[in-house]
Amino acid sequence: MGLSDLLGFSRLKTGLTRTRDNLTTQISRMVKGKTTLDDALLEEIEEMLIGADAGIDTSVAIAGEMKRLAREKRYVNDEELNALLREAVLSHFKQQDYCGFDEVVSSISKPVVVVVVGVNGVGKTTSIGKLANRYRQAGKKVLIAAADTFRAAANEQLEVWAARAGAGLLTQKPGADPAAVAFDSYTSARSSGVDLLIIDTAGRLHTRVNLMEELRKISRVLKKVDPSAPHEVLLVLDASTGQNGLNQAKQFKAAVDVSGIILTKLDGTAKGGIILAITSELGLPVRFIGVGEGIDDLEPFSAEAYVESLFGSERAVE
Amino acid sequence: MFEELSSKLDLVLKKLRGEGKLTEENITGSLREIRRVLLNADVNYKVTGEFIESVRERALGREVLQSITPGQLIVKIIHDELIGLLGGVSAEVGYADPPPTVILVAGLQGSGKTTFCAKYARWMKQQGRHPLLIAADVQRPAAIDQLEKLGKEIEIPVYLERGAGAVSITSKGIEHARKNARDIAIVDTAGRLHVDQEMMDEVAAIRDAAKPHEILFVVDAMTGQDAVNTARAFNDLLNFDGAVLTKMDGDARGGAALSLRATVGKPIKFIGIGEKLDALERFHPDRMASRILGMGDVVTLVEKVQEQFDEKKAVKLEEKLRKSRLTLEDFLEQLQQIRSMGPLDQVMGMLPGMPKLPQGAAVDEKALVRIEAIIRSMTPKERNHPQIINGSRRRRIAAGSGTTVQDVNRLMKQFDQMQKMMKTLTRKGPKGRRFRGLGLPS
Ligand SMILES: Nc1nc2c(ncn2[C@@H]2O[C@H](COP(=O)(O)OP(=O)(O)OP(=O)(O)O)[C@@H](O)[C@H]2O)c(=O)[nH]1
Ligand SMILES: Nc1nc2c(ncn2[C@@H]2O[C@H](COP(=O)(O)OP(=O)(O)OP(=O)(O)O)[C@@H](O)[C@H]2O)c(=O)[nH]1
Ligand SMILES: [Mg+2]
Ligand SMILES: [Mg+2]
Repeated sequence: MGLSDLLGFSRLKTGLTRTRDNLTTQISRMVKGKTTLDDALLEEIEEMLIGADAGIDTSVAIAGEMKRLAREKRYVNDEELNALLREAVLSHFKQQDYCGFDEVVSSISKPVVVVVVGVNGVGKTTSIGKLANRYRQAGKKVLIAAADTFRAAANEQLEVWAARAGAGLLTQKPGADPAAVAFDSYTSARSSGVDLLIIDTAGRLHTRVNLMEELRKISRVLKKVDPSAPHEVLLVLDASTGQNGLNQAKQFKAAVDVSGIILTKLDGTAKGGIILAITSELGLPVRFIGVGEGIDDLEPFSAEAYVESLFGSERAVE
Repeated sequence: MFEELSSKLDLVLKKLRGEGKLTEENITGSLREIRRVLLNADVNYKVTGEFIESVRERALGREVLQSITPGQLIVKIIHDELIGLLGGVSAEVGYADPPPTVILVAGLQGSGKTTFCAKYARWMKQQGRHPLLIAADVQRPAAIDQLEKLGKEIEIPVYLERGAGAVSITSKGIEHARKNARDIAIVDTAGRLHVDQEMMDEVAAIRDAAKPHEILFVVDAMTGQDAVNTARAFNDLLNFDGAVLTKMDGDARGGAALSLRATVGKPIKFIGIGEKLDALERFHPDRMASRILGMGDVVTLVEKVQEQFDEKKAVKLEEKLRKSRLTLEDFLEQLQQIRSMGPLDQVMGMLPGMPKLPQGAAVDEKALVRIEAIIRSMTPKERNHPQIINGSRRRRIAAGSGTTVQDVNRLMKQFDQMQKMMKTLTRKGPKGRRFRGLGLPS
């Protein structure tokens, strides 16, 4: 049994339901009085997707997919059109839900090692605090390792989060070798029976070759002590990120074999549509979404709920 | 990239040749291409639409001169239009009387506010001012510690108070600046979403308490379509004076800059180009326009090179470039200069055509050391006439530099590529601008 069952997903429902009806509403508005899926309508759908940061290629592809589906299934009314659109977008996700991260955590002999990576300021440290809390709530013993030895007060920030979550914390002096922190934390986790070890890393732009190499080293060092580690490498992506997000995912994946994504700051008006391109092009599942700065503001991802919210209320420049 | 765009447009416009004028009919294809470019650069789609319209108006009826292709003409119109939109007056911050001059910094979570506050304080200190940093972010865990540490690093005092409210910290901080002869007070605030009413009220209250002379809105250069929503909301509330675009050291094209400018009409004043506290630059509309169009930040690179280049050497190099007789001697000299310019990957990232370094092309410091050794093992004659370096010379050079013949071969190939690259760079560019920084006539 996965932790998901233990935890229940009540928050998932609450987080995104406020936008549940929007897709229907918006489509209805667009197709009012129309009986066919004409070019103008397709263009509008395309724009809606572009406005959500899905990118021009993905948006054109989805509109094309809709056209094909409509021809196949004969579109009659806006409700059906609504379903078609959802289908077309959903097909970009190889996954329907958050892909059993909890199961990953439960199935591996401890300690399960998770490395969290991403560009600067996206919400890595905060997500780690939330993640630690999630598994503490489920009765797991959690250790956080502060392998961000660069950023000013990175340790102090994690101290607050570890205390809030009731997780252990391993830090070293600023400027210490991040790989050494990772190594020490693994040794410590193993000897003290930790279930889940989460390693925070410094924010870095994917274009910085040396810094990407530093990440590789963390991964190498972990493999030395446990060939199956790290068991998860989570890439944190800010929902307000535009087309650059795809480059980020590609480069981080190339460097450290990213296994999943946390999409943060979905509590704003940004939609994070670039993950459509990321999931379809790189096949990376979205594990969690961040919906606030509080410790409980982390939800398992659901493609369906996400697609609903994609067409949610505030669109860019109304 | 810039050339790539104009050549793409040339394809679209091929049939235009001989027509002599840009017309509705013949520019539609190229405008579609431009739309793509802008959307890929994260310019908001509505802003893109309006922009395309204004370009269309400007382009219609224009004569296509003999000397340039229609594609080049359109790119020039677009580039000029972009610069016009991005530019505008960006006044320097003055001296308030009585001091201190108060600067309020606000923006979304994680955009780079705290880092910018420290960078800006350092910048001001270098101009002979006496800044005080005020830690008014009481939300984010360890935000105060972060600013405190950054302040220590640049030896600038930080006003902080643990457990107090943001508004009271701000007022007391400014009072503290007044009493301690700090002539500029920079207030760091918590990150907040524009839809978070409570937090937006807080920043309004901080503003009322601080009565800032300047309010700066900090935006991440990687921001996508949503930039217009946040900029508008912050501007509606704070009527900010200017924006700061951070994380420009990456490969994001930064279309958000255009979205922001078009939506709220406020100038972008600074760009952040790294995590270190000296990584702050003034905003240049022309460079931003080129970047959005994908030209690579040629001008920045050229200026960086210029800083390093000795005038005379530059003139000599220019001559050689014109004659396309780049020697290995020059190559060596350039390598050394490039190496002294800072992290190589950063420098390379500014070259046109390589906005992101492909995995294989990673800049390897060790390789550079090897290259230097190889060139040093050549005779002056070989350096100046690389074509004479035959097989036996290569073996000798390899032995002399402790490398292999393959290494020497690779270098010769790179040199060849570089020579070609220099040739394209010095060829008259599509908009007539030449490699200014190298002292070429413009
Ligand atoms: N609204 C909102 N804010 C978030 C969310 N996740 C993180 N943040 C905020 O984003 C800011 C940056 O978060 P951090 O966790 O420090 O980001 P980071 O990726 O660790 O940053 P670096 O280590 O500097 O690269 C903080 O102010 C967080 O409170 C989220 O889901 N929603
Ligand atoms: N590469 C790069 N990183 C930057 C730049 N400016 C800031 N950062 C990094 O971005 C991250 C967030 O910066 P902060 O200054 O903490 O951002 P903030 O807006 O104060 O964040 P909150 O207070 O949490 O809202 C840190 O890792 C910084 O080092 C920049 O110009 N380039
Ligand atoms: Mg962090
Ligand atoms: Mg801050």
